[in-house]
Amino acid sequence: MKQIKVVHYLNQFFAQIGGEEKADIPPESKSGPVGPGMAFKGAFGDAAEIVATVACGDSYFNENPDVALAAILDMIASFEPDIVVCGPAFNAGRYGVACGAVATGVREKLNIPAITGMYVENPGVDLYKQSVHIVSTKDNAAGMRDAVALMVPLALKLARGEEIGTSAEEGYIPMGIRKNFFDKKRGSRRAVDMLLKKMAGEPYETEFPMPDFDRVVPNPAVKDISKAKIALVTSGGIVPKGNPDRIESSSASKYGKYDLEGIRDLDAQTYETAHGGYDPVYANEDADRVLPVDILREFEKEGKIGSLSRYFYSTVGNGTAVASAKKYARAIGEELVADGVDAVILTST
Amino acid sequence: MKLEVGYIPIRDIQFGPTSKVDGNVLYVNQDELSRLLLQDEAIESVALDIARPGESVRITPVKDVIEPRVKVHGGGGIFPGWCAKVDTVGSGRTNVLKGAAVVTAGKIVGFQEGIIDMSGEGARYTPFSTLNNLVLVVEPKQGLAQHAYEKTLRLAGLKAAEYLGKLAADIEAEEVHTYETLSLLEGVRAYPDLPRVGYVLMLQSQGLLHDTYVYGVDAKQIIPTLISPTELMDGAIISGNCVSACDKNTTYHHLNNPVVQDLFAEHGKTLNFVGVIITNENVFLADKMRSSDRTAELCGYLSLDGAIISQEGFGNPDTDLIMNCRKIEAKGIKTVIITDEYAGQDGASQSLADADEAADAVVTGGNANEVIHLPAMERIIGSIDAVDHIAGGWSGSLNEDGTITAELQVITGATNELGFNTLSAR
Repeated sequence: MKQIKVVHYLNQFFAQIGGEEKADIPPESKSGPVGPGMAFKGAFGDAAEIVATVACGDSYFNENPDVALAAILDMIASFEPDIVVCGPAFNAGRYGVACGAVATGVREKLNIPAITGMYVENPGVDLYKQSVHIVSTKDNAAGMRDAVALMVPLALKLARGEEIGTSAEEGYIPMGIRKNFFDKKRGSRRAVDMLLKKMAGEPYETEFPMPDFDRVVPNPAVKDISKAKIALVTSGGIVPKGNPDRIESSSASKYGKYDLEGIRDLDAQTYETAHGGYDPVYANEDADRVLPVDILREFEKEGKIGSLSRYFYSTVGNGTAVASAKKYARAIGEELVADGVDAVILTST
Repeated sequence: MKLEVGYIPIRDIQFGPTSKVDGNVLYVNQDELSRLLLQDEAIESVALDIARPGESVRITPVKDVIEPRVKVHGGGGIFPGWCAKVDTVGSGRTNVLKGAAVVTAGKIVGFQEGIIDMSGEGARYTPFSTLNNLVLVVEPKQGLAQHAYEKTLRLAGLKAAEYLGKLAADIEAEEVHTYETLSLLEGVRAYPDLPRVGYVLMLQSQGLLHDTYVYGVDAKQIIPTLISPTELMDGAIISGNCVSACDKNTTYHHLNNPVVQDLFAEHGKTLNFVGVIITNENVFLADKMRSSDRTAELCGYLSLDGAIISQEGFGNPDTDLIMNCRKIEAKGIKTVIITDEYAGQDGASQSLADADEAADAVVTGGNANEVIHLPAMERIIGSIDAVDHIAGGWSGSLNEDGTITAELQVITGATNELGFNTLSAR
């Protein structure tokens, strides 16, 4: 196998140029490994060679981010590496931000894989964890050996274009993308082990950290419903018979827009549900049970509402990703506003 | 309550002139079993088939999987309320045909049944690919309503499992496991220094073909209650539901509940396994509030230090899961919840429909939206035409060459929320 060419990015301190008094030096490069590069060289063995080290002062980088990054990327590109290793930066904030920015720039602008390592609370983590693999390290340089042990195998895999395992398997900070893998123990055993640790007050790691939920505040009430144009929108899957848009029974990839012009009542001959999460018998018998067109037509005639909007929108809520639902809601919302709709009745199942 | 469970390993199923267990082979008289099942007048026809581990076989649309068991002594019979009277089970001796299962198949709803592949990529995700399966493909009489068809198929599966289980009554088991739950006071005296742990088992009860039964009672109608873990091993709880295949708890799962097994494994060593609290997942808010209140009260009443909470299904039941977790934690009882995720095909979306900071210890059975590719199989048991419509499939999931591209959702038992599998996600 061909030997992999590595470029290593360091700050002024780890590149042995100087301490804080040298933090304003612009980027420079040297051939071969420097400082922590020696530990990486040992771990890479014959598989890879650090051909050059690029260093920059932390203050210089953070005060001149665009100029510094452009200069660093030019230097890196000139060595034609297969992979770029940045840091690790441990809990050094400015260094972490620089490592994240350089690694991301290398990936996105040079199309070369890159990797870095940081302590989980380093501000660089939140900025760059979604764009680059950041190996989780201790908060100071005493964790160098552990960091190198995780970064080297991951760097080799990235350089070779091999499949990368999950964050739990490879030791990087979760990138916010959920990915399946087969664990060593079954789930029930993992639950028992986790509970024993939690009851004993010992540290444990949840397999799914709870997300921050966005709560939607309801709009104020409609002032005069008898003048309002009302639209119907449902996640209950009501579609014209035969499901012309083939909306999926679960994990819907689309929504449908259907014309209600001249329709007073939904019946079993013309409408049905595409939803796979509930017994469809009653919805198929009479789709008004989910999408109340019949009642709204009555209300329209009696003047209880202004009018029923011409189109209804439908998708399937069953197992559909929140991100998809948000996307459909945005698109549907724009059309409703353009159509002059005053209020929407949202029906779920 | 003390139960001995004897394992009789089954390594093959064959059709033969006499139904019997000979060595590690289960022989089945097709005509006799078919006649027994056809006593149900709602059934038009029954086709029996065998699917073995490693074979190029795809079973679909799968409804339930059931393990053949028999009550040797100790009162009551397997599947009380269905195949036996409602006498309390969970004591004495039960024999199991380990490695064999009855799989029921039929197109009830059209999108809430699943796929079991006996080899290839799909086989890695379903625990049932490792079993010797007797498959019942049951066609209903014309005009039979879906919920009646569901009940017919449910009973056919239980009857067939009971029929096979009885063949094990007089056979010497290769392995015997003993499980015992002490009374409350005895438990306190026996293990004064061990943390007290309970298991909150949430039963699917959203209704309209999403039902679970306890001693024959629809779980929608129960108030959360205590049950001995050994009662589960005798079929006190059975599945009667059609939900997405990946996180449905089949009757096989209830009989072999992994949380029960793994808590028993630690019982008397690192913890005191006090018992099982069963609760439901009804759709009305008042039911959710009442059931989660009662569940938390029972946990407090039992002076638990910790509880494991398992789920069935997703979306609406996520709210029950989080309510249970929040209310039990509020009593100072530590919880771990077991769930699965719907994080989108790209894995980038929010995984659950509800969340709370009290749920700080989560075990996941994996992302059910992740896309998998299944190879074509030489033989299909059942019918392949539902694949585009089942939950997790889409128009074009079934390719002309017989391969399938679909979400993991379609595989029976793939992201089980009792923690039956090793699959996880990060």
